Amino acid sequence: MGFQFGAVLAFTVVAIAFAAGGLTIGRLVRPNIPGADKAAIYECGERPIGSAWFNFNPRFYLIALVFVVFEVDIALTFPVVAVYRAWVSHGAATAWVAFSELLLFTLILVVGLVWVWRHGDLEWVKKVETDESAPNGQPSSLAASKRAA
Amino acid sequence: MSALPTPAPARTKTPRLAAIVSVTAAIALPLGLFCVILFATPLLQPALLDGFIRERLHRDPATWYWRDGVYTVALLVLAFVFANFAAIFSGILSWWERRVAGRIQSRIGPNRAGVGGFLVWIADAVKLILKEDLVPAEADQMLFRAAPYFVMVGFILTFVVLPFGESIAVSDMNVGLFFITSITALVVVGILLSGWSSNSKWALFGGMRSAAQVVSYEIPAGLAIMVPVLMAGTLSMQGIIRAQGGLPWQWFIFRNPAAFALFFIFFTSQLAEANRTPFDLPEAESELVAGYLSEYSGFRFALFFLVEWGNLWTMSAIAVTIFLGGWQIPFVPNELYAQLKGTGFPPLAWWGLEAASMLVFAAKTMVLVNVVVWLRWTLPRIRVDQMMSLCWKYLVPVSFACFLFTLLWQIAVAAVPALETAMGVGLTAVSVVLAVLFARQTHRNITAIGDRVDLSNW
Amino acid sequence: MGDRAEMAVFWIFTVPLIAASLGVVVTKNPITAAMSLVGAFFCLAGIYVLLTAHLVAFLQILVYAGAIMVLFLFVIMLLALQEEILGVSRIKVMQGFGALGCVGVFAVIYRAILATGPRMMPQVGEDYGTVKAVGRILFTQYLLPFEATSLLLLVAIVGAVVVAKQRI
Repeated sequence: MGFQFGAVLAFTVVAIAFAAGGLTIGRLVRPNIPGADKAAIYECGERPIGSAWFNFNPRFYLIALVFVVFEVDIALTFPVVAVYRAWVSHGAATAWVAFSELLLFTLILVVGLVWVWRHGDLEWVKKVETDESAPNGQPSSLAASKRAA
Repeated sequence: MSALPTPAPARTKTPRLAAIVSVTAAIALPLGLFCVILFATPLLQPALLDGFIRERLHRDPATWYWRDGVYTVALLVLAFVFANFAAIFSGILSWWERRVAGRIQSRIGPNRAGVGGFLVWIADAVKLILKEDLVPAEADQMLFRAAPYFVMVGFILTFVVLPFGESIAVSDMNVGLFFITSITALVVVGILLSGWSSNSKWALFGGMRSAAQVVSYEIPAGLAIMVPVLMAGTLSMQGIIRAQGGLPWQWFIFRNPAAFALFFIFFTSQLAEANRTPFDLPEAESELVAGYLSEYSGFRFALFFLVEWGNLWTMSAIAVTIFLGGWQIPFVPNELYAQLKGTGFPPLAWWGLEAASMLVFAAKTMVLVNVVVWLRWTLPRIRVDQMMSLCWKYLVPVSFACFLFTLLWQIAVAAVPALETAMGVGLTAVSVVLAVLFARQTHRNITAIGDRVDLSNW
Repeated sequence: MGDRAEMAVFWIFTVPLIAASLGVVVTKNPITAAMSLVGAFFCLAGIYVLLTAHLVAFLQILVYAGAIMVLFLFVIMLLALQEEILGVSRIKVMQGFGALGCVGVFAVIYRAILATGPRMMPQVGEDYGTVKAVGRILFTQYLLPFEATSLLLLVAIVGAVVVAKQRI
């Protein structure tokens, strides 16, 4: 058992050493002639305008929220799924108990998915349009960054 | 003035030395890699390592003070072998993909360095090491440098549980599949980090898109993974393969109609998670320069690309493991391996069988790898909104339905075991018919425009 | 795995864990802090593996280092807080209370450890903490909490989306 998980540690060490070793070897042989133009950020040949660390499209945030919930669902279902076969082979009664348990668990989450879907939170484009036709009529900087994304 | 017919360019002859080097490398490198993996992986496991020390060196490792140290060295050697496998394999694959792309697009592809341009990936590697390593002045210096490490570790770690043959897997953890799912997290973090720390708009958009894409498609992939787990009753990669068989109708993909559908869902999700076409929008050249890679150069850039091509192997190998019967050889039962192995140091016959199982696994994986390459040069890129709606509105609901169907299917199979065999044979037959029809239609499409199927001139 | 090796692995994980945790608190750049948190999660997962809690270890990575971390990063990038904004509003009093609270928690845990002692450590079975063992328990003993979790997740998804949409 120790070996199995020790492998994870060893592979991590080697992966880091592999990348670091390559970079170190490279440092010995590659040229290093820094310059202001080289160190500039690429923006199609223009001087970059402002920083790229600006407010970002909140759509990504919503997707991440939905993702977290489903990821937790998957993480919780994994152990149950791993023993499902053993329960099914135990006999019809236990099989149906196990089935109804997983069915209930999954269905409740599917309700969540349906809810999000119904509310239009799975739409990628729609949000931008509703934002621009917002009652205050002011296209905010957020909306602009949304369009950019 | 009438246009002169352009003379066909004289075919340059490859110098003899380059020819010898490239042919030798093309044969020796993959063969050597697989041989090293074949022998090193079982030999460096504690059981065989102890046996080897006891029988051949006549020492008892149980009494050694540094016994754990020996195991650690063995593990580091193994890790080194697999890191090299990943690096060299992705290099060779980068050449292969360019060759195939050339043929698909009616051009030649790389053909200068060595026979068939085989040495081009070595030239690339040397060039990328020699290139100046640029870090933008405006970037977050530390995080910019740290990002490739995250991606690299996340990628190499999959090899811990990835099987290559019957006894050829570094570790057969009881959480195998779960481990692979969770380790993807590192890659996402690395991509987000590289996108953000560059302080470039292209990189930020690319990184954000990529993270959202990987994260979204992890849901259908996670649900798809559950079905083989349901059918095998274990999360261990080797356990899942042992629950299948060597013949197609013993594979999970054909034994259950839901698994058949989920194989395609899983494959699609893996394409998206590996940022492969048609899901390559994070690095869409025409709109985002190079996405989160825009500011990277030299060896750091090479690391990202190593992971990208190496991912072809891992994603195909995972699909082969959980759906396509893994290393199972037809008509060879699982017990035969244990019988041949005996108690002491395994005999030659066992090694032969292991080599055969590895060959089967590698062959299946390479077929899938080629499908991925083929898809890349066939399908156009989809839009962000299409990518999102495909995931959340089609793949996720369908995989939920398939998951629930499998729950019922398992109960039905437990009652009537013949159901699974019948479904296996039936679905295999249907797939063969579909494949034949597809090939025929393709042939017709090619001949209809007056072209011909030409596999020469590689 | 021998005791010595286990001890060595324990220290391999513990020292970076403490360093990473300090990094979360000390660094000013929110992204660097988040990265330290990822490191801390991974070291913690290693310690869980040492405790033979395999499932929890990888749950930790999957849910925290993966899902929650991506959410954190998205939020940090969404807000795009500049260092000037973060730098000014540091209240010394709150820092003092925070440090005091940490010391207090540490004292409580230390007392609890002293009170338990090494003798009372229970021996665990061979498959303790594995995925299957947890699955079995979830099917029997904790069936109701398991189902309740899905309701909780449902509430979470609805709540999160509603709140998020109000704010942005």
